[in-house]
Amino acid sequence: MQEIRKLSELEQGKRAMVLNIDSEDNMRRRLQDLGLIKGTEVTCIQKSPLGDPIAFLIRGAVIALRCEDSSCVQIQSREV
Amino acid sequence: MGLNKDSTGLHAIDLGLIIKKTHDTDKVIALGGNPNVGKSTVFNELTGLRQHTGNWPGKTVTNAQGYCNYNQNGYVIVDLPGCYSLMAHSVEEEVARDFICFSDADAVIIVCDATCLERSLNLVLQTLEITSSVVVCVNLMDEAKKKKIKINLQALSEKLGVPVVGTAARSSKGLDLLMDAVTQVIENAQQSPFKIQYPDYIENAVSILEPDVKCVCEDTVDSRWLSLMLLHWDQNMHGFIDQNLKSNFIADESIALVLNDVRDNLEHQGITQRQIKDDIVSSIVHTAEELCEDTVLFNHKNYKNKDSKIDNILTGKWTAFPIMILALLGVFWLTITGSNYPSKIISDFLFWIQDQLLTFFRWINAPEVLYEMLVLGIYRVLAWVVSVMLPPMAIFFPLFTLLEDVGFLPRIAFNLDKCFKKCCACGKQALTMCMGFGCNAAGVIGCRIIDSPRERLIAIITNNFVPCNGRFPILIAIISMFFVGAAGGGASILSAVLLTAVIVLGILMTFITSKFLSKTILKGVPSSFTLELPPYRKPQIRKVIIHSVFDRTLFVLGRAVCVAAPAGLIIWLMANIFIGDRTLLLHCSGFLDPFARLLGMDGVILLAFILGFPANEVVIPIMIMAYMAEGSIIDIENLSILKELLVENGWTWITAVSVMLFSLMHWPCSTTCLTIKKETQSLKWTIISVLVPTVMGIVICFVFSSVARLIGGR
Repeated sequence: MQEIRKLSELEQGKRAMVLNIDSEDNMRRRLQDLGLIKGTEVTCIQKSPLGDPIAFLIRGAVIALRCEDSSCVQIQSREV
Repeated sequence: MGLNKDSTGLHAIDLGLIIKKTHDTDKVIALGGNPNVGKSTVFNELTGLRQHTGNWPGKTVTNAQGYCNYNQNGYVIVDLPGCYSLMAHSVEEEVARDFICFSDADAVIIVCDATCLERSLNLVLQTLEITSSVVVCVNLMDEAKKKKIKINLQALSEKLGVPVVGTAARSSKGLDLLMDAVTQVIENAQQSPFKIQYPDYIENAVSILEPDVKCVCEDTVDSRWLSLMLLHWDQNMHGFIDQNLKSNFIADESIALVLNDVRDNLEHQGITQRQIKDDIVSSIVHTAEELCEDTVLFNHKNYKNKDSKIDNILTGKWTAFPIMILALLGVFWLTITGSNYPSKIISDFLFWIQDQLLTFFRWINAPEVLYEMLVLGIYRVLAWVVSVMLPPMAIFFPLFTLLEDVGFLPRIAFNLDKCFKKCCACGKQALTMCMGFGCNAAGVIGCRIIDSPRERLIAIITNNFVPCNGRFPILIAIISMFFVGAAGGGASILSAVLLTAVIVLGILMTFITSKFLSKTILKGVPSSFTLELPPYRKPQIRKVIIHSVFDRTLFVLGRAVCVAAPAGLIIWLMANIFIGDRTLLLHCSGFLDPFARLLGMDGVILLAFILGFPANEVVIPIMIMAYMAEGSIIDIENLSILKELLVENGWTWITAVSVMLFSLMHWPCSTTCLTIKKETQSLKWTIISVLVPTVMGIVICFVFSSVARLIGGR
């Protein structure tokens, strides 16, 4: 069993599976619209030069999220 | 193809949408889809119009309509703003949803991204719940092919129960097939599209609700869809349903009763509103996933590799900022070098014509007042606008458009977001600033991509700190006259460096002002947002250059006639009407002079900025005209004498810097003001948007010129 972490802590190039989204309504729906729901696989693609935001590969699209928002998403790491 | 004359200036103002049919038999087609899948390109190809296109999500912020003739049938095509869902969380989504639901569109085309089909299908599935007259257009097939993605369109069409057509709109491929499918859908309205299967408890609730809903709404809307919407109740849905059905739907007793029943029942089972919403969304996402599993084949697992490598450089920790600065520098260098040469040829030619005109008028013995007014007043200002301002404008624009087409702009927003966050603003403000380089009015409209109203206002107010296409030739002209010696290879690089420094100052001012606004009149914390980084696309270099050079040239010429000609007339009259022993011009500039001197400028310059309110392109020409009317230099054959004229009128390096600072920071032009009024729907914010940059400019010019004089000017 892998430990549960925040999406914002995912290292560059690593994959993980979404366990739960803890954001408030607005952001939650926005993430859902992008296909980020329980069970979705995400990959951390690129950190911006100042460290925040971070770009993730979500269902074929690259989406940048601020750390405040990505830390509301709980994930479980997956071995690549 | 980037911003063009239909998306900048006065044309940028959104006047709302009224469908214009040419014949009663014309069909209305809505064009929807996720942001940045090429909707506008499809629209342009179908209608022959030139809507703003570019590689970043959110360009299309208003409904645009165009006309398309296919097989002797007329179609009105409406380009909807891009959205991910029809559950309406943002203004764009509301616009799109309302149009699809209630506009009586005869068919809806949903444009999908072939390289990211799964997400696009979310929207398709949601649309299918509302209407069955849908054609799915899988665009960007060419890119998918490059990325070795295979899509079985036939199978997808069979599964969805509606036509699916593959297109590559950029190279006009597949559009005939698309229109064939549209015609077919309109003719046989009876399609049986795919319906999403929701969890049992939702399906049960819907089946209880549906009969009553159907009774009340009759055939205006799909009753299953409306029942679902009622179930995952939303405050904003409330108003929308009542407003569009024009009956008191929500207040209808039978509905309220059943709905309450169903709700109570669900609550009893321990099912919360949030869970209902989550389950509805999950069902849609999972359905799209399943559909794709069977129809999309990735032959190349790491198809994102190449983009990733470019991103490593463009957004890398050590390379991102140097590259952004270098890109800015490169663009400016090309603009400055490129415009020197045509500028000289054009001015030689236009002033040769001026001489011929004068000779001609003298030859036919026209009255002196008349021809001086026409030639030395109107024509001369026109000639200055075209020769000094046009070349840099026509060169900068396509370059900027190329960066936009490649997909560089969202990366800039990605890199700079943390700075915006520190100022409690939105990273997407970087995109609206970039638009501001093209035209501040377009930049202000573009602020619609920012969801938070507070952050949108900040972006609107500060947009003017980015010098637009009409202003930065002023900067270029002054830099090349006062700070860079004779023309040459090194000189143009130095000019570009100085210009970049000025722009960076503008960007810094944007940050400072944003922060200031967030701490005072627009208090708040940064809100959350998602920013999509689209794949890089190869720009259509030839097409871009031809279109936008042509477009800019026509635009500037048009504006020159509308704005510069009257301005030329006014300045000529002012210089020739005497009140007492002095001309009106001297009176005005004399009046402004003491104040302007405090700012390191003089009365004529300030007057030129005031007269330049309709369009900043005329500022320098007006200055030249005013000086020439007063001074001893009567004829300027080429640009090198221009500096002499300015120096003779007391310009020093302090004046030059002050003018640059002031042109960077003063009131927005009239069109931008109108746009701000329209966008904010508030006189108060329009006035603030005028005051903020103006006050900043006055303070900074004052401080700069005072300090500079103390240190060593004069």
